[in-house]
Amino acid sequence: MIFDYETLKLIWWAFVGLVLIAFALTDGWDLGIGMLSPFLGKSDDERRVILRCIEPNWEGNQTWFIIAGGIVFAAWPLVYAASFSGLYFALLLILFALFFRPVGFKYRNKLANPAWRRAWDRGLFVGGFVPPLIFGIAFGNLLLGVPFHFDGDLRVFYTGSFWSLLNPFALLAGIVSVSMLAMHGAAYLQLRLDGVLQARAAKTAGIAGMVVLVAMAVAGIWIATSIEGYRITAMPDPNAMANPLAKTVVKAPGAWLDNYARYPWMLCAPIAVFAGTLGVYVMSRARRPVSTLIASGLAVAGVILTAGFSMFPFVMPSSSDPGSSLTVWDSVSSHRTLQLMFWVSVFLLPLIALYTSWVYYKLRGTINLETIRRDY
Amino acid sequence: MPDLELVDVSRLQFAVTAMYHFLFVPLTLGLSWVLVIMESVYVMTGREIYRDMTRFWGLLFGINFVMGVTTGITLEFQFGTNWAYYSHYVGDVFGVPLAVEGLMAFILESTFVGLFFFGWDRLSRIQHLMVTSLVALGSNLSALWILIANGWMQNPVGAEFNFETMRMELSSFSAMFFNPVAQAKFVHTVAAGYVTACMFVLGISSYYLLRARDVGFALRSFAVASGFGLASALSVIVLGDESGYTTGETQKVKLAAIEAEWETQPAPASFTLFGFPNDKEQRTDHAIRIPWLLGLIATRSMTGEVPGIRELERDHLQRIERGIVAFGQLQKLRSGDKSQETRESFERSKADLGFGLLLKKYTAAVVDATPAQKQAAAADTIPKVAPLFWSFRLMVGLGMLLLFIFAASFFFLAIRNLASQRWLLRLALWSIPLPWLASELGWVVAEYGRQPWTISGVLPTVLSVSSIPVSHVYSSLGAFIVFYTALLLIEMYLMVKYIRLGPGSLGTGRYFGESARGLTAATGATPRPPRSADEGTR
Repeated sequence: MIFDYETLKLIWWAFVGLVLIAFALTDGWDLGIGMLSPFLGKSDDERRVILRCIEPNWEGNQTWFIIAGGIVFAAWPLVYAASFSGLYFALLLILFALFFRPVGFKYRNKLANPAWRRAWDRGLFVGGFVPPLIFGIAFGNLLLGVPFHFDGDLRVFYTGSFWSLLNPFALLAGIVSVSMLAMHGAAYLQLRLDGVLQARAAKTAGIAGMVVLVAMAVAGIWIATSIEGYRITAMPDPNAMANPLAKTVVKAPGAWLDNYARYPWMLCAPIAVFAGTLGVYVMSRARRPVSTLIASGLAVAGVILTAGFSMFPFVMPSSSDPGSSLTVWDSVSSHRTLQLMFWVSVFLLPLIALYTSWVYYKLRGTINLETIRRDY
Repeated sequence: MPDLELVDVSRLQFAVTAMYHFLFVPLTLGLSWVLVIMESVYVMTGREIYRDMTRFWGLLFGINFVMGVTTGITLEFQFGTNWAYYSHYVGDVFGVPLAVEGLMAFILESTFVGLFFFGWDRLSRIQHLMVTSLVALGSNLSALWILIANGWMQNPVGAEFNFETMRMELSSFSAMFFNPVAQAKFVHTVAAGYVTACMFVLGISSYYLLRARDVGFALRSFAVASGFGLASALSVIVLGDESGYTTGETQKVKLAAIEAEWETQPAPASFTLFGFPNDKEQRTDHAIRIPWLLGLIATRSMTGEVPGIRELERDHLQRIERGIVAFGQLQKLRSGDKSQETRESFERSKADLGFGLLLKKYTAAVVDATPAQKQAAAADTIPKVAPLFWSFRLMVGLGMLLLFIFAASFFFLAIRNLASQRWLLRLALWSIPLPWLASELGWVVAEYGRQPWTISGVLPTVLSVSSIPVSHVYSSLGAFIVFYTALLLIEMYLMVKYIRLGPGSLGTGRYFGESARGLTAATGATPRPPRSADEGTR
């Protein structure tokens, strides 16, 4: 074994973060475009052009979500078990909303009937809007902690309800997530479209960027002043076998800022959010699509990293039994499995990046009605 | 103690969602290779009819493919939502092939599938063929990893229980990868997918031939389907036999139940061709038996015995006794007594821990189980025989019928006498649903036959569920049924519509019904002038 267990646990925290960022950066614009298309596209032709920007690529992008599920299952089985069963209806809402996308993209243009197309446009809106909203709400609740505990056999019991997830802070996190992906989707559209649609996309990106900026600032102040974070007060050696019941955890206001005092470099994440959103505002007004998209990507990655850095080493804190909280140290798979999956990922992730880039390269170019006429 | 209603509803939901998913998977697995074959001919000969074939069957592939994606996401997340204890208990092992499936296979097929549809004008011929091949490779690799995961549930090799973490942990990745059950299942399953796709193409081509429309297109498609289909149907049967052989070695209960083998017969055992298994009295009424056959298939020898149900149940009772010991030692270890003696005693008995866990259905304190409870747990280890017996026989019968159809199709095509065999064309058309039926029955045999375990001999199904209110699962199950059925109806509507339109839906101007104004109105496609073979394939 080249890496000790502790190092691998850290690497896997980074990998899960990386895959989530890859998901948000690529499928993020698909989701954003899905929710924006009914508003930016005033006619069937316009909506068709907008959706055509992502139609050949969205499927591969969405697979990052499946991969995230798979690696969390393999690397953090307790997190997979506790979060998916605890947040049962939230997960199912995401799932049912996502159902609209494969069929929506594929079936929409198979018939010319306007009612048929409008119905799929609504489905694609739901498929683009609901998942980011629920993702945001779920992350908001993770920051607050969710009520669950384990028994001696490590069976997980969740004691909250779906409605308790819909608290003010979590809804704010939902706004961050929705506006962030709307911004990212609009930034991508600005790159791929021309004419009046491009202008509409640019305007939308700037507005959405400002919403992200304000919502993140409010969330930050809220966390710094009144939200209780979690802090480990005693835990076994990080190289020990995973046991989520062996540590002691306290809740304390402002504890989610501990890491920024200890590791000031982590401040780069929130700074990236502010720089990125401001960049989107400025660059979209200046009609610089490539710069807008880069700034938007910076902001998206910054939002996810900010959540991850604030909570580290926690992944899923328990509000009802803080000792049951899941962290990167004690919710993980065995040393051997982490090692194996490390090599698999190190080999495959760059390969995926490589062929995905080739596919994007081959499908590059401005999308307009002429493109659709040329399509088979 | 576990809530048995919750267990049943969770199982039903998994069965429903998995069976819906498998309505779409086999066609994806097989049609992707059919496309590769057709496009390879196009690249080699440059004859545009083969490009049209690739595109038309690709269009139907696309309508089906998205449903596979839609229903597939559910399965990956359902382990977490509904089988949380399972996820914890085996995630260290089972999660690996699932994660690798995403990283190696699913993203490959999903990334390239868009380029398949939108890349005709943007890629060279060779590049496009490569893209099509990568889609096929991705979908088939996906099946490989899923079946390694599933094979491990049937025959959990390469893993050890760790009492410190209270779960199974991976001890040998290569043992899991080369699990004979997984390998046999993989080839059997993908070959069944090829049969499904070939029957689909064969049946629809027959429909065009019966109506004497698009004859050149239909004959060429028919030829590809009958050749590939014949080879695949033979493989399914041969590899199904291999599957039976590995079942005989590793899953003795399943084999005994499939064959309604109540008592161990003197070797070589006879094969029950037909009969009415009676679960209550543990016998088969009106059985028609073929001497020696079962012993030969299952053990490939004249001397190997095939253990019968009663003998297996007696064995399991002993394993339950040892499992109780293991459970007692595990409790000591978990409560802090980690002395050498306890460890060693646990290590000696832990292979049967799963059998001890079976008692959790009846009593929380496994170590105090009564003889009646042990008996009941031993009886639980035998799945109901009749459903397995019938599903298996129906599946095999359908396989034989499909083999006959492909063989006859291949024969009459080869002697150039197909057009007058209207009976065969009609039979092929009406047989389109049969491979789906056979595949679903195969899954019933494999998964129902695994009960009462989620992981054979390791983790009972009743312990695997999430601790969530049963009302949650009723509502999600209802939602899945309504949603999936609606989507299935829409999918079938589009399928039938485009099959009726035929290759004319491509808008090349070369096919049946193209001059009709209706097509453009129906699809919104802009009519285009006929193309020459090389145009647009820079």
